[in-house]
Amino acid sequence: MTSAAHDEASADGDGGPALEAHHAEHESTGVENRKLAMWAFLSSEFLFFGALITNYLLYSSRDFAQGPTPAQIYDIPFTSVSSFVLLMSSLTMVLAHNAVSRGDQGATRTWLLATAMLGSVFLAGQVFEFTEFITLEGMTLRTNPAASAFYVLTGFHGTHVAIGVIMLLSLFGLSKRLGGLSDKQFLNLELVGLYWHFVDIIWIVIFTVVYLLTAVPGAG
Amino acid sequence: MTAIADRPTTIFRRPTAETGFWSWITSVDHKKVGIMYGYTAFIFFIVGGLEALLLRIHLASAESNFLSAADYNGLFTTHAVTMIFLVVMPMSAAFMNYLIPLMIGARDVAFPRLNALSYWIFLFGGIFLYSGLLFSGITAPTGVAGIPGNLDPTDTRSFGALPDGGWFMYQPNAGADFSPSTSLDFAVIGLQILGIASLISSVNFIVTFFNLRAKGMRLLRVPVFIWMTLVVAFLLLFSLPIIAIALFMVMFDRQFGTLFFDATAGGDPILWQHLFWLFGHPEVYILILPAMGIVSEILPVFSRKPLFGYAAIVFAGAAIGFLGFGVWAHHMFASGITTVAQAGFGLTTMTIAIPTGVKIFNWLGTMWLGRIKLKTPMLFAIGFIAMFTIGGLSGVTHSVVPSDWQQTDTYYIVAHFHYVLFGGSILGIFGGLYYWFPKLTGRMMNDRIGKVHFWLWFIGFNMTFAPMHWLGLQGMIRRTWRYDPSLEFWNQIVSVGAFVIAIGLLVFIYNFWTSKRRGEIAGMDPWDARTLEWAIPNPTPAHNFSVVPTVHTLDDFWHQKYDEDEEGRPVRKKEADDHVAHLGEIGNHPPVPVHLPNPSYFPVVMAAGLPLIGYGIIFHTSALGKALIVVGVLISLVALIGWGAEPLEEPHSPLAGAH
Repeated sequence: MTSAAHDEASADGDGGPALEAHHAEHESTGVENRKLAMWAFLSSEFLFFGALITNYLLYSSRDFAQGPTPAQIYDIPFTSVSSFVLLMSSLTMVLAHNAVSRGDQGATRTWLLATAMLGSVFLAGQVFEFTEFITLEGMTLRTNPAASAFYVLTGFHGTHVAIGVIMLLSLFGLSKRLGGLSDKQFLNLELVGLYWHFVDIIWIVIFTVVYLLTAVPGAG
Repeated sequence: MTAIADRPTTIFRRPTAETGFWSWITSVDHKKVGIMYGYTAFIFFIVGGLEALLLRIHLASAESNFLSAADYNGLFTTHAVTMIFLVVMPMSAAFMNYLIPLMIGARDVAFPRLNALSYWIFLFGGIFLYSGLLFSGITAPTGVAGIPGNLDPTDTRSFGALPDGGWFMYQPNAGADFSPSTSLDFAVIGLQILGIASLISSVNFIVTFFNLRAKGMRLLRVPVFIWMTLVVAFLLLFSLPIIAIALFMVMFDRQFGTLFFDATAGGDPILWQHLFWLFGHPEVYILILPAMGIVSEILPVFSRKPLFGYAAIVFAGAAIGFLGFGVWAHHMFASGITTVAQAGFGLTTMTIAIPTGVKIFNWLGTMWLGRIKLKTPMLFAIGFIAMFTIGGLSGVTHSVVPSDWQQTDTYYIVAHFHYVLFGGSILGIFGGLYYWFPKLTGRMMNDRIGKVHFWLWFIGFNMTFAPMHWLGLQGMIRRTWRYDPSLEFWNQIVSVGAFVIAIGLLVFIYNFWTSKRRGEIAGMDPWDARTLEWAIPNPTPAHNFSVVPTVHTLDDFWHQKYDEDEEGRPVRKKEADDHVAHLGEIGNHPPVPVHLPNPSYFPVVMAAGLPLIGYGIIFHTSALGKALIVVGVLISLVALIGWGAEPLEEPHSPLAGAH
């Protein structure tokens, strides 16, 4: 009974061995609290990006007095490479997850770092892209609504990637400091992994819909 | 793996106060958080009410100069924003916080610290919104300036930079060109902050609902109020990101010169309307569904019958939630959307009357042939049904497009939404307050004064808002500072009604204050109620349930007390009184010690960073603004790290608990 009371109060989701007793006490989905919360949050994020992508699509099909529009200046080969880099980071994230479930702390740290590095390379690519667009092509936030929509959409995605990189580096630092990730921290890695895959999936949609489908052939 | 520590060391020492100021600031107890939500929202209710009284004093005469036009704009905007985001939503959140764990048989919500964080973000967001008062005219936002605003710049303002673009902030009127002062920035960023609070609570409540129900409480044994909070949580989860994007777009337009809503550069102001109402219509149900849930709890108790058609009410609530996402353009029939869209949205608007009608008939069916006890909560519940039905019917008239064109932007609309928001939400919420007051305080509200309160409100409410129907049909437009003198008579009736409501509120405050200190002791189960929260003592002990309950039926507590005879009438069990007394005994003296989450500084510290970031964005052109952004981010970041390093509860030995 004492342990049951304990589980109840520790519902903030520390996972671990307390979990089984916890389930015995409640009608539950069987999904750990924090993981369920992350799924709920990500479902909200889909609408966040859905609204941003819709904005862009609305404006991308219009003509503006002042140019250029993003579709006229996309560098598809370059963005393809940076998209590939981001997608590979999902692979390394899976490898990190796999390593920690095998209890291989060294490999976990390696793959966490690799994921963060790939994310950073993607961000660097985005900074490069923005700089090119602004300085060479003369398309700023204030050029036309399509440009505004493009920068705000990709900027928010980049912010999400940056937050993901910070979370990955935090896990890496935590593992370094504590000598590894315990059973309780395992869930943290899973949550970061969910978030990271989400950010990648959104990028697949953005790259396909915002870049490939609206790009003007022969431009860039 | 044995060498691996679970957590690094923490930043602050754990707060230890159990009473007094700091115990509230650092509390993560859902009951304390709920009470803080309630008091804060009540203070905003008084502020929003005073704003309404000022507006009504002004409008008592057709050519009044009581308020300047600029102040009038500021007051009607702030009145709306306050009542929607700082009163009805947080008052509903107060009930959700306090009651969800109690009604599902849990010791707290799934994430107690996140719950406290929601409250603090809400409080700071509300203060941020109102802090525009202090900043009048310090700087105008950058952006595309040069075009004069919508009012004479020499117009005097007594209320500083209160937001003045209407709560819907239509573009381009609320854009930088036509509203160049900082006032709207406080609204735009303030609402963004409040949205974060709501998003966090919605995730928290969803997880609590799905993972923390007591053993045996299957989905169709969950009380209707809890079901409605789940629907609301999903509505928030899916509508808040849309308004977040829309507010970001306005913020970027106003602060950083993007062109989303600038028609001269090819931007699309109608897009704002779509995004705003795609959030705004689900928001309407976010405001009304909790009150519907409260009424669904009150009616069976005071009719001494089970809720008629429990499953139908639950599914109708869910259906309202789904349909609520498909009707937004009925707010935009006059904005030039295509005929097909008008017909489509007219039809979906009509269909939403079906689940709403299902609920109304179920409530009536609950009362039908019941042994009705007309206590104050029941009066409020019946008042809710009557007033909400009127508001709902005038709502259906909006689905008839040609009729809607006539009504758009007239007082008819004002009448409609006050019937659903005041006659609906507020009456429901106050009924709930009378009903659960013994749960909060252990004492009863004075029933006679409560009835005086009800009748003052019921009469004052109808005096205030019923004449608005015909004023609107006679052509009195909304948000008007001047109107035709032929409409003066009914406007004076309306203004008198507003003061009757104010007197009713004073009666309530007196009743609340005296009952809280000297009210009759409630004891166990004062209403002979049906749901789990009444199976524990009043006021609720800190640990909620001494023994986590096991549920066998819907209305489990009722069935612990009552059997049925051959004709289905309830017969009180012989042992019922002993059983309830026994529950009270156990409830106050848990057989084994219960460990609760420890208080924490981090929620309030983390929330404190957000308004600083908000001020920083408004004044981002100055060095101080940039510094504020950095400081705000740092404060929240430090709190985040400390939060991660601090366990929810201090370790305790299982052996110690056995003593």
